[in-house]
Amino acid sequence: MLNLPPESAALLDEPARAWLDAALLEAAHAARHTPPPHTATAPPAASPPVPAWELRFASAGRHCGSDLAAEAARILLLRTARTGAPGAARLYHRGTAAERRAVLLALPFLEIAPAHGLPLIQDALRTNDTRLLAAAVGPYAAAHLDAHAWRHAVLKCLFTGVPLDAVARLAHRARGDTELARMLEDYAAERTAAGRPVPADLHHALALTTAAKESS
Amino acid sequence: MRIFDPHIHMTSRTTGDYEAMYAAGVRAVVEPSFWLGQPRTSPASFFDYFDSLLGWEPFRAAQYGITHHCTLALNPKEANDPRCTPVLDELPRYLAKDPVVAVGEIGYDSMTPAEDTALATQLQLAADHGLPALVHTPHRDKLTGLRRTLDVVRESALPCERVLLDHLNETTVAEARNSGAWLGFSVYPDTKMDEARMVALLKQHGTERILVNSAADWGKSDPLKTRKVGDAMLEAGFSDDDVDEVLWRNPVAFYALSGRLDLHLTQPEPLHEGNSILRGGE
Repeated sequence: MLNLPPESAALLDEPARAWLDAALLEAAHAARHTPPPHTATAPPAASPPVPAWELRFASAGRHCGSDLAAEAARILLLRTARTGAPGAARLYHRGTAAERRAVLLALPFLEIAPAHGLPLIQDALRTNDTRLLAAAVGPYAAAHLDAHAWRHAVLKCLFTGVPLDAVARLAHRARGDTELARMLEDYAAERTAAGRPVPADLHHALALTTAAKESS
Repeated sequence: MRIFDPHIHMTSRTTGDYEAMYAAGVRAVVEPSFWLGQPRTSPASFFDYFDSLLGWEPFRAAQYGITHHCTLALNPKEANDPRCTPVLDELPRYLAKDPVVAVGEIGYDSMTPAEDTALATQLQLAADHGLPALVHTPHRDKLTGLRRTLDVVRESALPCERVLLDHLNETTVAEARNSGAWLGFSVYPDTKMDEARMVALLKQHGTERILVNSAADWGKSDPLKTRKVGDAMLEAGFSDDDVDEVLWRNPVAFYALSGRLDLHLTQPEPLHEGNSILRGGE
């Protein structure tokens, strides 16, 4: 789950906390001074200067002391800046893997409509980077991904070794999903035919579908 | 033998290379942004490439126990193509990023006015972002290119002590050393330097501020050349400490000038078995 101020503050030493305080002030300033909406469609011909808080967002890793603290700081910055759809897309598409993770994890808190947030989730689900996959199958995906895309996301987690613990509301969405059950069984059969072990998580997910069927 | 390859283009290499590099002692690499072997036609191609250097390639490297940083820039060759030069406007955003430990590769290819402009502009960007610079010396007309490079560096806001001059050889090492810059040597199967010449050069010029790289890419090259130089140094009577200085401590010291070098390996999410790369073909 996300680290909000008390938790994230505990992760930071004194210089890092001072750095984050300054960064949050800049993000709060940005929240009060929304840039013109040209970024919503296409970037302008000449690039405007990068907002100060976005440079902080990019450099959080070397100021916060640990990957976990940097991730929490980045999420806080996104929330504090009240990042909208254009900003989230810009920071995601121009971001490192760590920055992209932060955008994906922050999506449920940014009041970004599925029409704008889902393309970022879908982009991450197309990668084979397990850090991005794990961040993509969080609460935003649970709330907004359609059934087909969500089932493929679960299967891709199994395929790439992302623990299904990362999948938000797995039990809720798997309940009674016979198509997911079929896909899991087929994947298990494919693994077995190849003489390869079936991931334990697959049995867990399958149980969530079948147990629901038995109880319904 | 612990090895830091300070210049290698891993996007062109296979997972088998990563395995072999780890087995040979490579624990850290820096991947400079460069030409792809064919021309790019828009800044968007650079952004996709930067994405690889900032995301996918570090992920791949981590699977094999190797930390991966990068240097970003508009390369000298494509500095001459007006379809590519707008990437300079986007570089400030990218140079702020944690895994970027230098501006590079910059420098000269054909020594054109457009290359002058790109080199000077990016040396200034390095100074503005607190980054050192990886400066490639040209393959053709190298000594003249080195002198012109040093002129531009001396006129820039970036001190020579924050510059790594790369692809040096016997004809350029003395002038490069006198500049105060760090000295990079690329060891190749047929071109650039080879192991025996590298050892002879180290005997003559010492180990201080000298870095050895494989510069392995999509061409005929060998990602294990760093190890082969280490072995050749030991055979020639250099000590383990000398080898460690050249193959580890010098590259660490140079890229640590960025304040961003993090040699702690962040493993990806815990995996049940194998990983997505090993299993990707299933």
